[in-house]
Amino acid sequence: MSETKALESMIGEDYKYGFTTDVEYEDFPKGISEDVVRMISAKKNEPEWMTEFRLKAYRAWTEMEEPSWFNATYKKPKFDTLQYYSAPKNKPKLDSLDDVDPNIRETYEKLGIPLDEQKMLSGVAVDAVFDSVSIFTTFKEKLAEAGVIFCSISEAIKNHPDLVKKYMGSVVPIRDNFYAALNSAVFSDGSFCYVPKDTICPMELSTYFRINNMNSGQFERTLIIAEENSHVSYLEGCTAPMYDENQLHAAVVELIALDDAEIKYSTIQNWYAGDEDGKGGIYNFVTKRGACRGKNSKISWTQLETGSAVTLKYPSVILQGDNSVGEFFSVAVTNKRQQADTGTKMIHIGKNTKSTIISKGISAGNSNNSYRGEVKISKKAENARNYSQCDSMLIGQTCGAHTFPYIESANPTGKIEHEATTSRVGEDQIFYLQQRGISEDDAISLIVNGFCKEVLKELPMEFAVEANKLLGIKLEGSVG
Amino acid sequence: MLELKDLHAEVEGEGIEILKGVNLTVTKGEIHAIMGPNGSGKSTLAKVVAGHPEYEVTKGDILFNGESILELDPDERAHAGVFLAFQYPVEVPGVTNSTLLRESYNTIAASRGREEMDPLEFDDYIREKLELVEMNPDFLGRSVNAGFSGGEKKRNEIFQMAVLQPTLSLLDETDSGLDIDALKIVSEGINKLHGEDDAVVLITHYQRLLNYIIPDKVHVMIGGRIVKTGGKELAFELEERGYDWLESLATVNGEAK
Repeated sequence: MSETKALESMIGEDYKYGFTTDVEYEDFPKGISEDVVRMISAKKNEPEWMTEFRLKAYRAWTEMEEPSWFNATYKKPKFDTLQYYSAPKNKPKLDSLDDVDPNIRETYEKLGIPLDEQKMLSGVAVDAVFDSVSIFTTFKEKLAEAGVIFCSISEAIKNHPDLVKKYMGSVVPIRDNFYAALNSAVFSDGSFCYVPKDTICPMELSTYFRINNMNSGQFERTLIIAEENSHVSYLEGCTAPMYDENQLHAAVVELIALDDAEIKYSTIQNWYAGDEDGKGGIYNFVTKRGACRGKNSKISWTQLETGSAVTLKYPSVILQGDNSVGEFFSVAVTNKRQQADTGTKMIHIGKNTKSTIISKGISAGNSNNSYRGEVKISKKAENARNYSQCDSMLIGQTCGAHTFPYIESANPTGKIEHEATTSRVGEDQIFYLQQRGISEDDAISLIVNGFCKEVLKELPMEFAVEANKLLGIKLEGSVG
Repeated sequence: MLELKDLHAEVEGEGIEILKGVNLTVTKGEIHAIMGPNGSGKSTLAKVVAGHPEYEVTKGDILFNGESILELDPDERAHAGVFLAFQYPVEVPGVTNSTLLRESYNTIAASRGREEMDPLEFDDYIREKLELVEMNPDFLGRSVNAGFSGGEKKRNEIFQMAVLQPTLSLLDETDSGLDIDALKIVSEGINKLHGEDDAVVLITHYQRLLNYIIPDKVHVMIGGRIVKTGGKELAFELEERGYDWLESLATVNGEAK
């Protein structure tokens, strides 16, 4: 396939262009102090209580130590010289897709991203036929009709202060961990979603918004609340490669599901991973946690992690309500010098709570991929059940895969099952598929997609196809 | 169609020569059988022709339709029409038989400038082929070879051959692991698939298979060389006398086998 050949160097190359064109930033002083925190809050015209929230978090953060217990080594960010607030003034507008770097366009094509979306992703002025504003408006109207509030967290702070006050920091307290505290002090923006009682959110919160949410900055803050008997599916990120000037990303995502409510949160992450030698690349240190507060509630995390130089991420569920359900489906791909330490925590508190963990780690190149998971069954959690399955796949001889499961049960009625496998994509497997006419890269892609099938089928339909292709692109040329 | 010229090959990086000068000519429309004791290099020969990266050709050439294919990758050889039915078919968990076959069929079709099939057309096409090896359609939705019995894996290889329609089929011990009924079905399938425009090379230990598939030529391979070639009656002779009486032929020019 000549297409494959042309894309061979794509992964390292495409970040040199397009996304890094000069963008004017509203610059803030570097480093962090109470003054900087106040300035951020003032810049965003926040009410007093929000400023206080930030300051409390900042003070907590100054007393905390940067963690180092994970299975990754990297140069620590210099917190005193970081730029904590920057809002792009205006994006450069290109006249047509012809002006976009051909490498990037090829990636879009290969991923199957629709033309109009390609334009938005690459900053091409969108023509009248596909007016993003009008689409945005249509979506907004449809959501408003259903009573769903979906807006930026900044808007929510202004327009829905009671909800934000009540829930922000209730799942991930400001002192939860070093990076969560930092995020609570300096978060830039993010999404807010509130689904009222007895409401099924009329659409996947994804299609348009994945582009809209791109500029949320390095300290993203997301809060999703599903009231009694409601249902919402949210998709974060996108398959297209993402470059960011900011090396450190420390987001916080909080989900709250009340009685009989269900939240499905899916992530596709493809940030710049650094070059062959591991230079550059994003650090993705995220705190994601959901609370199944109500009985019979359900929270489901699905993630496809393919980018970043270093990923530390453990989307978790606190199963407070009786009969509540927590799920974690994950595919983490590492190649070149990438390091990922990712997994989940399932904390069983309510009776008859159930959790499922399916984790698929794929390592290639010189990368290192660790699964770290904790299943905890507390004293009161009668008849709690967990099933965990952690599979690792190795491509080549110079990568690593590790599994760190922590299991703790304080209730004798708890049932915990854990299965783990490690396999290697063998020369014989690739040869077999090549003998059937399939190229080496496509063979690897096919094997890997088969390996991840159980997780990929949990992604919203519209992204499943792109996700399949993304996996292939990420692992191109990783054998031989 | 296939011409092996003084073919020498060794395990890549290990310097152990397994093929020590194989000469073989297979013409369009023919069926050849290669027989020989364990470790004589029969399976290696099939893998080397298909381009397995584990082996390095150190001398000689492989001509396919008159052109050397030594520099071609395994997938390119498949596009050219070479098919290998594996002795030990590989499992690919999570990938269904129909997915693999459609991918294979369309890739090969595209490389030959033939039209690709959409999933619906393709479904009709492969169901027809299933009947040839009397396999249950449920099998299409199962993962490639995963959890298959030995016999099912072998049948699957012939089913793939039926779908992909290669011009040269190398069948590596396709008969081993098959019970007598399955052997009949598979043999009949191969006979139906074989025609004037393609060639089949059967690699086998046993004469049994040759009761069902009548070869035009039988070769005996010992010590990395073809030491004797004859008609189908040679197979009967081997069945009766074993390979011992041919061992001496494996020592040529004073060199040990």
